[in-house]
Amino acid sequence: MRDLIIRNGRIIDPSIGRDEIADLYVIGGRVSAEPPNNGCEVIDARNLVITPGLIDIHVHLREPGQTHKETIETGSHAAAAGGFSSIVCMPNTDPPADNPSAITWISDRARAGAWVNVFPTGAITKGLNGEEMAPIGSMVQAGIVAITDDGHCVQNHEVMRRAVEYARMFDLAVLDHCQDYNMVGSGVMHEGYWSSVLGLDGWPRTGEELMVMRNILLAELCKTRIHCQHLSSGGSVRLLRDARARGIQVTGELCPHHIALTDEFVSSFDTNYKMNPPLRAREDVEALIEGVADGTITLLGSDHAPHAFFEKEVEFDRAPFGILGLETELALFLTILVHRTKAIDIEHLITMYTVNPSTLLRLQKGTLVSGADADITLIDPDLEWTFRKEQSFSHSRNTPFDGWELKGRAVRTIVGGKTVWSV
Amino acid sequence: MKTPEPKHANDLPETANWHRKDLLGIRELELRELETILDTAAAFKTVGSRDIKKVPSLRGKTIVNFFVEPSTRTRTSFELAAFRLSADVVNISATTSSLQKGETLKDTALNLQALYADIIVLRHSSAGAPKFLAERLDSSIINAGDGAHEHPTQALLDAFTIRERLGKIEGLKIAIVGDILFSRVARSDIWALKKLGAEVTLVGPSTLVPRSFEEMGVKVARHIDDILDSADVINLLRIQHERQRKEYFPSLNEYIRFFGLTKARAARLRPGCLVMHPGPINRGVEIDSEIADGPQSVILDQVTNGLAVRMAALYLCSTAGRKTR
Repeated sequence: MRDLIIRNGRIIDPSIGRDEIADLYVIGGRVSAEPPNNGCEVIDARNLVITPGLIDIHVHLREPGQTHKETIETGSHAAAAGGFSSIVCMPNTDPPADNPSAITWISDRARAGAWVNVFPTGAITKGLNGEEMAPIGSMVQAGIVAITDDGHCVQNHEVMRRAVEYARMFDLAVLDHCQDYNMVGSGVMHEGYWSSVLGLDGWPRTGEELMVMRNILLAELCKTRIHCQHLSSGGSVRLLRDARARGIQVTGELCPHHIALTDEFVSSFDTNYKMNPPLRAREDVEALIEGVADGTITLLGSDHAPHAFFEKEVEFDRAPFGILGLETELALFLTILVHRTKAIDIEHLITMYTVNPSTLLRLQKGTLVSGADADITLIDPDLEWTFRKEQSFSHSRNTPFDGWELKGRAVRTIVGGKTVWSV
Repeated sequence: MKTPEPKHANDLPETANWHRKDLLGIRELELRELETILDTAAAFKTVGSRDIKKVPSLRGKTIVNFFVEPSTRTRTSFELAAFRLSADVVNISATTSSLQKGETLKDTALNLQALYADIIVLRHSSAGAPKFLAERLDSSIINAGDGAHEHPTQALLDAFTIRERLGKIEGLKIAIVGDILFSRVARSDIWALKKLGAEVTLVGPSTLVPRSFEEMGVKVARHIDDILDSADVINLLRIQHERQRKEYFPSLNEYIRFFGLTKARAARLRPGCLVMHPGPINRGVEIDSEIADGPQSVILDQVTNGLAVRMAALYLCSTAGRKTR
């Protein structure tokens, strides 16, 4: 591995409030204040933004058990192509990552074949069944960065309360997929005009909001932090805003599809518009964007959820939930949040992808201070390009964004001083 | 009396206004397309009353009735319609199909196409299943009911029956009563009757008639008594409390108390008001037995007209399909 000089880029490092045109030096895989000696590689970063390597806190790598959808290798390759030097993978694999050996297995696989840093999470409950606490402490020792039953939601508030309380002992974040099973029932799309027209079972906003409210109350009760994943409802944003104003340690996450699309797209019955939580109405999109702009929502993630073509190519109500996200999320957020609505500037966006996830999960990442791991993303914020699913590095192709014209993208991803991907 | 000669396809109404190989729903149809089907159905209806009930329009065509969800009346109606058009018909039901063995809908349908099915009539429990097939097959797809989404031929036969009895649809006050939320008939009726100019009011328990339906351009009434005096047509939908609606209303008794068309309520209907029901009826639940058999009931006309409407749908889609293939 050669040392690096990344020249003449706009360095945006929100961890220390740095925003200037400068050169960035990498020596021995770490950020350096001093330039390397001769023989180093020089990367021209004129008109590019140099940021701490981006972190996606919500990725499904499907390994073990579902390697026909994705593997740690293919998923992390897609992450690199999306500008992510670190990804946090969800435990709803087959079998679920609910014990320390599973975590060790994932970490070993990642070390052997991943393109970027992979941080595993562990299940909150054994088998993701919502009943019995998983061996959280042992999984912490095995290297998890958070617990979550993502894809599922612990319905029993007492079980959730004890898990949250227990996780606090390890300063461990609890990530929750907010879904009240009774309220949502067999819902497959947002409950509203379009579900009425299409005759598909509705998934009401309230099904999410009830659990957001539950998490706010538990975060307050247990005086610890709970993170609400992939928020879709404007009502959830309001709840979160009020709770955060009262100082409760609750955070929220936004996925790009929830602001790029609405429930109207489901009228095509194309299962690439089926996700959980579902695409919602225009007013939810506006509330979510406002929530990002005013700092209520502080984290971004893809909920990258690969599924094989044959699994998605079925009747709408029988298809699995979820779409790919890693290679389109940065571009979609830049296009919608920074360029189109101007809800936030690029520094704010980078903060949500670097400092905020590092803070939530206590990762030693997301900064370009001297001595830090040289995880670096180069972004061309104004590059206009068209996403083609054929070119994806994921093992799957389930995306509704094929052919979308986007503005801005990562052009190079560096992990530990080594370029793992570039345009 | 001499029976008229069976008509030939050439004598049938102009089909220039119909270009669809598939009939998937009413929502996407233009008014002139709706009228084309109804006019074509009117021409076909005369066939049914003849001694020789066949025309050669679809001779040599293969029609598959692919019913993944149980149905007697709709399947029989499509089957007879196909016979009357001289087509060859095969019936496949959920229990006899390979779907039972885990084959996907797509694969089953591709197999049907490989057997040169010209038209597939699909009844399926999943909304959007007919569209799914139409996008993947060259065969014409006719939606015979998909989940709670649409049941276009039912709406067409309802419209046909109203037009036949009352001479028009525009300006009529039509009430649809019952389980709207889970009804594909209600949705197709709403689109058809709205496009044809009727004023549609939905009536039923608030749990089964969400306010979001108002955005489709219909009114919602909470009390059946509000519409009795003014309705030109009252269409009662089947209530399925026994199976799955227990959290939507407490009991059939209570449903009857608030929404059943009892004799007392029927007495308040205008004399010319038509009483309709897509069947199968629950006598004594959504409709009193005597009213179902009474002079205002057109329930059996609906069944008869269903045949003509389905002949029209098969004929038009087959003709347009031939052009596009």
